Amino acid sequence: MIPAAVIGVGQTHHKTRRLDVSFGGLVREAVFRALEDAHMTMADIDAVVIGKAPDLFEGVMKPELYLSDAMGAVGKPMFRVHTAGSVGGTTGVVAASHVQAGKHKTVLAVAFEKQSEGNAQFALGSGRGASLGAGGSFAPFIRSYIHRSGAPEHIGWMVAVKDRQNALKNPYAHLRIEDISIEKVKNSPMMWEPIRFLESCPSSDGACAVVITDEEGGRAAAADGRPPAWILATSSRSEPPAFPGRDPVRPQACLQCVDDVYAQAGITNPREQLDMAELYVPFSWHEPIWLEGHRIAEEGAGWKMVDDGSTALGGSFPINASGGVLSSNPIGASGLLRFGETAMQVRGTAGEHQVDGCNVALAMAYGANSQYFSMWIVANSLQPFG
Amino acid sequence: MAPSTDIAVVGWAQTPMVRRTDLSETALLLRVITDAIEPLGLTRADIDFTCLGSCDYITGQAFSFVQNLDAIGAWPPKRDSHVEMDGAWALYEAWLRLQEGDIDIAVVTGSGRSSTGDPALIYPMEMDPYYLAPIGADPMTFAALQARALIAAGIADERAMAEVSVRSRGKGDVDELLEGDYVREPLRRHDLPPITDGAAAMVLATGDRARQLVERPAYITGFDHRTECHNPALRALDDAPSVRIAAEAAGLGDAPVEVAELQAAFTHEELLLRRVLGLGEDVAVNPSGGALRSNPIMATGLCRIGHAADHIFGGGNRALAHSTSGPCLQQNLVCILEGRS
Repeated sequence: MIPAAVIGVGQTHHKTRRLDVSFGGLVREAVFRALEDAHMTMADIDAVVIGKAPDLFEGVMKPELYLSDAMGAVGKPMFRVHTAGSVGGTTGVVAASHVQAGKHKTVLAVAFEKQSEGNAQFALGSGRGASLGAGGSFAPFIRSYIHRSGAPEHIGWMVAVKDRQNALKNPYAHLRIEDISIEKVKNSPMMWEPIRFLESCPSSDGACAVVITDEEGGRAAAADGRPPAWILATSSRSEPPAFPGRDPVRPQACLQCVDDVYAQAGITNPREQLDMAELYVPFSWHEPIWLEGHRIAEEGAGWKMVDDGSTALGGSFPINASGGVLSSNPIGASGLLRFGETAMQVRGTAGEHQVDGCNVALAMAYGANSQYFSMWIVANSLQPFG
Repeated sequence: MAPSTDIAVVGWAQTPMVRRTDLSETALLLRVITDAIEPLGLTRADIDFTCLGSCDYITGQAFSFVQNLDAIGAWPPKRDSHVEMDGAWALYEAWLRLQEGDIDIAVVTGSGRSSTGDPALIYPMEMDPYYLAPIGADPMTFAALQARALIAAGIADERAMAEVSVRSRGKGDVDELLEGDYVREPLRRHDLPPITDGAAAMVLATGDRARQLVERPAYITGFDHRTECHNPALRALDDAPSVRIAAEAAGLGDAPVEVAELQAAFTHEELLLRRVLGLGEDVAVNPSGGALRSNPIMATGLCRIGHAADHIFGGGNRALAHSTSGPCLQQNLVCILEGRS
């Protein structure tokens, strides 16, 4: 496998409604920021990989066809990925594969969602109504996690507060709740027992773009004083929707995917070897669930890392320094935002939400009924462990 | 940059291609994947990577591909991906993935049940949502505009188009067809594709594994795809530059091909593609009957690659397969398959 590196990351300001831009304008905003960050123009891009969640969200079928100009894809390969909520992550994985396979030198990964154009709740039910929505689907998993782990109810509130505090340091984040507090979260309306309104992700318009290049391109950026994020590992796993024996709280697909990326990156002790992680946490309780699913915490003990402040920005293992999905959720882009944030962290370009001394970081996205997983690990060198 | 790993098509299967099936997409895929792997002595446990190609709007449901995980048998969980594109592009992703060198066998699929919706209602939603979708023009309308451009440029005429139809479908009389009414001038009924439900599955294997599985693997020696800008009003419709670039990048000109399977859903598209690809009279174009005989959208392109592979399996040396997406051949893929003695 040919080494690949992230040399540019761009994103839009995420909002409930970006009425100021078209689909093309939204995507272009992220694309230009990524290209500017990479010191490149569209002419330097050999292929474009685009991901988004279901086309029914906006009511435009295969919108990449229309977006080919906005993404600078004309005359180039343009590839469209769709793996449910994990799609933003898978877009990063597939774009990396374009380089790692030796076929393309520099690839632009783009992901977006303009949720305000449609009604996601309606689309999730394919227009047939009676949709549980994501919260309704995940609440039973969360109740099961609480039952198994014995976690106290304030854990969910703590995650909700922590991620929104991080978002205040991220100029692109959607939710900016200056007076966020445990009291405020706990007094917000109950949506899907035990998930309260402020423990839920917003619905956002937004886009993210990432420039991935080969070893030569990565070294050239480094020589120019722009440290790249080296991609040490990528992986995806999927498992079927539901059957007796499937554990959606600790899905096999998640465990296999994480074991795969750890093996590729040479990680045997994630708590020690990783410096931070961006985990796909659309509802507060997914933070402890995924801490365990990624073997960062022992099974049943993920909530304790939340409780003792380890996952806060100044803690020993920061999670979602960006503010995470709880603060910005343009669904199709949410995964690539996780992947892009880890690249920013190891490049040292995360600004106010920078984790001190971040050398190695893990990003993940998941989708459907906790069935689709995609992950990558990036580092500030190709051999961070010597 | 040339890929260094040998990757070959070692088998494929397609469902019966019908106007309407009562089987779900998952049921179609369950059968066709089994049909593709069983003759090779493979089970689902042998598959290292899967990539499915399908379209929510054709299935009429968001996340429609999720249930198809049951058809690939993703338990234990699988390395897996899905593209909102024809299965031909799913093959491209698998081809890239296999070149990373850590796995040997991939299965890709394309599937679609066009019968569940009205293409004239669905396809306008594929167009630019601000300027083109609101006018509600369907694919036939845009195809007719391109056919007119080709006729004006002397690349096509109505008789040559009817001849494409007769040859592809193996039936009909050109003079009689030309007496029919226009559906969208200059397109008559015989210039249009049928509405088809169906699915296809294809097995890819690397190097030695491919040679163990079949006597004569169909090696992928060139593979490229390109897009053009979207708005047909901003393109020269009597040309297809993205086809030309993809063919050059795939190395089409390096040696002659005996067979070309082209995803030409409309008769005039074959005439344009022949010209842009520089295919002479000695090349057998769409011996399978092509998209004019059956058009299982999201699998039509993968079927082209399958039929081209059949040519290699049967002793052929070099074949070209083409797939397309978007109005007036906006996005195009070219795959070159070769046999080795």
